Amino acid sequence: MISIFQNYGGELLYGLGQTLLCSIIALFFALIIGSGFAILEVVPNKFFRIIARIYIEVFRNIPLLVITMFFYVVIPMYIVEISGFVSGTIGLTLYSSAFIAETVRSGIQSVDPGQMEGARSTGLSFWQSMRYIVLPQAFRYVIPPLGNQFINLVKNSSVLAFVAGFDLMYQGNVIASDSLQSMSTYLCVGVLYLILTLPLSYYMRYLEKRLA
Amino acid sequence: MKKIFSRIGLLVALVVMVVSLGACSSSASKKNVLRDDQQSKTITWGVKADTKLFGLMDVKDNQIKGFEIDLAKAMTKQILGKNGKARFIQVTSQTRMPLLRNGNIDAIMATMTITPERAKQVDFSRSYFDAGQAILVKNGSPIKNVRDLNKKGAVVLGVVGSNSVQNIKKFAPKARVLQLSDYSQALTALKSGQGDALTTDNGILYGMSIENPGYSVVGGTFTNEPYGIAVDKGQVGMRNAMNSALTKVENSGEYNKLLYKWFHKVKGFDLKGAER
Repeated sequence: MISIFQNYGGELLYGLGQTLLCSIIALFFALIIGSGFAILEVVPNKFFRIIARIYIEVFRNIPLLVITMFFYVVIPMYIVEISGFVSGTIGLTLYSSAFIAETVRSGIQSVDPGQMEGARSTGLSFWQSMRYIVLPQAFRYVIPPLGNQFINLVKNSSVLAFVAGFDLMYQGNVIASDSLQSMSTYLCVGVLYLILTLPLSYYMRYLEKRLA
Repeated sequence: MKKIFSRIGLLVALVVMVVSLGACSSSASKKNVLRDDQQSKTITWGVKADTKLFGLMDVKDNQIKGFEIDLAKAMTKQILGKNGKARFIQVTSQTRMPLLRNGNIDAIMATMTITPERAKQVDFSRSYFDAGQAILVKNGSPIKNVRDLNKKGAVVLGVVGSNSVQNIKKFAPKARVLQLSDYSQALTALKSGQGDALTTDNGILYGMSIENPGYSVVGGTFTNEPYGIAVDKGQVGMRNAMNSALTKVENSGEYNKLLYKWFHKVKGFDLKGAER
């Protein structure tokens, strides 16, 4: 295992960087898109609710690999050339956003309806009461399941390996076939993934304690 | 405590099983394959069933067809006489060595390059097909040979773990190499414009170019990858029989006929140069 780090340290670190970069981008956008669709799911307008429902069901029920391959193969053929890294990140963002939307929606719906009614009766508009009364409470409820989604997102970024996105998993495959030491290579890769996900899960636990 | 003991017991049982399996395979290789085959009038060949032109399963009649299959049939007739039968078992690059060592197959003819590392584990016949690494590009591509790829911004597609990926780094060090998980995925990536060229053995590339007329093999080969027939280590009689059968098939002109049958439609294939 140490010899793998000595011989291929540069490749592994580069892969770690790519995984981290992809995860941060995907996490940021998935959270925004997911929250947006979660709110759309609870607005009074039926049309918006249906749109949100379709979006969530489509991206939640198609395997991540299929979404990613679509962006890797079909989009460059007809629309615009995108690299494996970009297509993987887009796929990961859309896929995770559907799960985050469902998580946030469950949080919004677990806030007592009386909160919304009370806010409305004081004269706040629907959006104002959402923004200042309901959402702050909802996010507090969903911190633990959101933490789960974030950790899944980091691990799912290994889909980049299939589209030559130079992430940690891709480097692992290349190093394993180059050094013929599959076992210690994948052990190294596993340790590096732990280095990414453990602090994340501890931070989520800290948030949970402080806020909830 | 009891739990730990039962776990150790399980582990010991596993180790014993693995060791005894290993012992089985080594004792199986002690027999004389050539004599056994002459008695049973059958040679069991390990062949590819997923490689166009060399060995491909025809789903209509469930038969494997290709250049290697026909050559194996012709050689079987030379070794065992007119009544000799060739039996085919499909193998992959990962399974062929273990199957041969276990005695499930008598010989491998499965686009297998003769290399010094492999020659330590099996005995190779003479080469029956001189393959070499080449590149596949879209028709009309500015890339005409491997040297055109040696520039910044060029992207070469390959398959993870193959020799060809190591080779391309020597021949075109400035190109970026993307390693995909298998050939069909690498071809899909080439089609969607993720790379400028796909590299591997020319034999496999010719098969791809037949199925995809918009793509062709350019620039000829830049390495030598002679395909050989492998028999288990120590089966000298079988290897000598293979070599003399190959010579007879070549001298009778049957080899050239088979070559023509499978490769005359392939664009860019040097039929005259490959004839024997």
